[in-house]
Amino acid sequence: MTDADELRRRTRELLAQHPPASTDRLDFLRARFDAGLAWVHYPEGLGGLGAPRALQGVVDAELAAAGAPDNDPRRIGIGLGMAAPTILKYGTDEQKRRYLRPLWTGEEVWCQLFSEPGAGSDLAALGTRAVRSGDSWVVNGQKVWTSSAHLARWAILIARTDPAVPKHQGITYFVCDMTDPGVEVRPLRQITGEAEFNEVFLTDVRIPDDRRLGEAGDGWRVAQTTLNNERVAIGGMALPREGGMIGPVAKTWRERPGLRTHDLHQRLLKLWVEAEVARFTGERLRQQLVAGQPGPEGAGMKLAFARLNQEISGLEVELRGEEGLLYDDWTMRRPELVDFTGRDAGYRYLRSKGNSIEGGTSEVLLNIVAERVLGLPAEPRTDKDVAWKDLAR
Amino acid sequence: MTDLLYSEEEEALRAAVRDLLTDHCAPADVITRAESDAPHDRALWKLLADGMGLAGLLVPEERGGQGASAREAAVVLEELGRAVAPLPYLTSAVVATEALLACDDAELLAQLASGRSIGALAVALHTAPGAGVTAVRVQDGTLHGELTGIADAAVADVLLVPADDGGLYAVAADTVTITPQVSLDLTRPLASVRLEGAPGRRVGAAEPAVRRALRAAAGLLASEQLGVAEWALTQTVRYLKERKQFNRPVGGFQALKHRLAQLWLEVVHLRAAARAAADALATGEDMEVRTAVAQAYAAPAAVRVTEEALQLHGGIGMTWEHPVHLYLKRAKADSIAYGTAGAHREALAALVDLQAPVRAPLQAP
Repeated sequence: MTDADELRRRTRELLAQHPPASTDRLDFLRARFDAGLAWVHYPEGLGGLGAPRALQGVVDAELAAAGAPDNDPRRIGIGLGMAAPTILKYGTDEQKRRYLRPLWTGEEVWCQLFSEPGAGSDLAALGTRAVRSGDSWVVNGQKVWTSSAHLARWAILIARTDPAVPKHQGITYFVCDMTDPGVEVRPLRQITGEAEFNEVFLTDVRIPDDRRLGEAGDGWRVAQTTLNNERVAIGGMALPREGGMIGPVAKTWRERPGLRTHDLHQRLLKLWVEAEVARFTGERLRQQLVAGQPGPEGAGMKLAFARLNQEISGLEVELRGEEGLLYDDWTMRRPELVDFTGRDAGYRYLRSKGNSIEGGTSEVLLNIVAERVLGLPAEPRTDKDVAWKDLAR
Repeated sequence: MTDLLYSEEEEALRAAVRDLLTDHCAPADVITRAESDAPHDRALWKLLADGMGLAGLLVPEERGGQGASAREAAVVLEELGRAVAPLPYLTSAVVATEALLACDDAELLAQLASGRSIGALAVALHTAPGAGVTAVRVQDGTLHGELTGIADAAVADVLLVPADDGGLYAVAADTVTITPQVSLDLTRPLASVRLEGAPGRRVGAAEPAVRRALRAAAGLLASEQLGVAEWALTQTVRYLKERKQFNRPVGGFQALKHRLAQLWLEVVHLRAAARAAADALATGEDMEVRTAVAQAYAAPAAVRVTEEALQLHGGIGMTWEHPVHLYLKRAKADSIAYGTAGAHREALAALVDLQAPVRAPLQAP
């Protein structure tokens, strides 16, 4: 059992052998991975030590105090938050060895090829086809809402391998090489003016069978690991008071008394209270996770933050009055990160509209809460026992 | 950051209180009792306060109490809210006790802590922390005046009365006239109190004692509101799984599922707000902001959940026989008790520096 003292000792040893000031960033990150201090709850040999996840903070604090470089986790969030847990759970030993180290150091960026124009909330209806051909699979189809596709070396991909069985059964999970000539990435411009996301067209892309994750036909189950981790990643950010969207509004309110009205005051206070309570709720969820008693509350956090972000940013645009009629920049750009604080209120207002759509719409999440948390009956379904090829589309 | 979870001891306390209430506080009995001459359940109070020693949770051991904290009292209040129990726990073991903790009357404090005496702060239930209170007149060494809206006064042995000399006076209930008022909340009835030359013993200064009591009340009331809302949600989910219309359980209709999921989300948030307030009252850290946040959130949330519970029960929810109305009435009364959500938001405006608009200066003619 690796305890906090042991982790501290190992971290100091790493720092002594690879002083951050005189070590190349990538060399340091590789050494950190090899020392098992990348994600301590991962197994030995794969960047971890099999230690409790809660102890990661001990390592991070030591490294931060020593000025060590990090792996820029926001830039490689899809790899860290979604691809890695899935590879860890379903990958072969060879796959884990090949993919996890450069994923964690950020040398290889990952993206996610799940959603399709015809398969959004009903993701299992997806139509991208993968046909077996010798030792490979030949993939054809279109994916959408792919962040980082233009930067990525690898993608996690789900595709239909058996159209003759019901939709959840005929899906297989692959690792797709984004440098393959059949992969075409096009920016997808959104209402903010920029293009965070991409459309990805797959034309006769050959994927060797050893890049399959899990069994053929078991891709839906494998994808659940990815999607569950996505929702944790979206809803689970730690915030100080006024650390979220309420921060810029409160600041404007304090600095510019001329903008204040009584109506806005009442609405601002109400949202301030809701933001503070949402912060407590997130904190309570984190404490439950640390105490090893994860509750179902996580399912609700994304719902709550989506609504709050939208209402608060809407209020902010209104508060700014004349300036609320302006917008900072409609130029088509391809940002690597969503930056809610680096832009004006209008951007926050428009971008947060996506919060109730991306990573599961609020409507689908309400169904999930109702069925999995409250145990209410599922909708009667007409699609479960029908072969995918016979479904209406 | 604060501890927002429940400790093992707190969960054990919850289980013990819930067992007691399951055995002694069935909804049908609460309805019957509410219309009787004795709306409070004195026998149950004796079991809870005397038998289990829970009236003294907020009082240090050296002053005759259990030496626990607001965290534990909050757990008791959650369970009492869940049972909409007609007991003077909030008014005596929290409000009157907190007032006395700011004073210097060891004997009375110990009596309340033991549960042998029931106390009531003679301040109208709707009063927010920091708001002005009605004081009685001190004349020739006795107290004179009439106060209204005093929760649980009908069952109190001693009243703590603010007077116009700035003092807080302990007054024996049998020296004043206490008249029940027909109250919205049948399980926490109000009464008017008439003092006509009542003898009183000055126990301390009224202002700090009342302020402390009302702040604890507002913060811990959120835990009661959590219990009320949790009961309403749990019962509604259970009912909608059983109730069939159109050959299906109505809980399978998406329009209703989404409403229930939203209510669940509000209860999850309400729990976090209530725990944050209870922990702040226990540690003294960030106390004013967290009690105001808790009440600003809890009051409308508990009302909404109980209102939705009634609507989603359909016709049965509108009957006197079904207990959901007791919870609606408690939630609505709680939304006024110890300051409305609006009053607490106004307090926050000053506390977190989000000030109201300043009136524009008048134009010179």
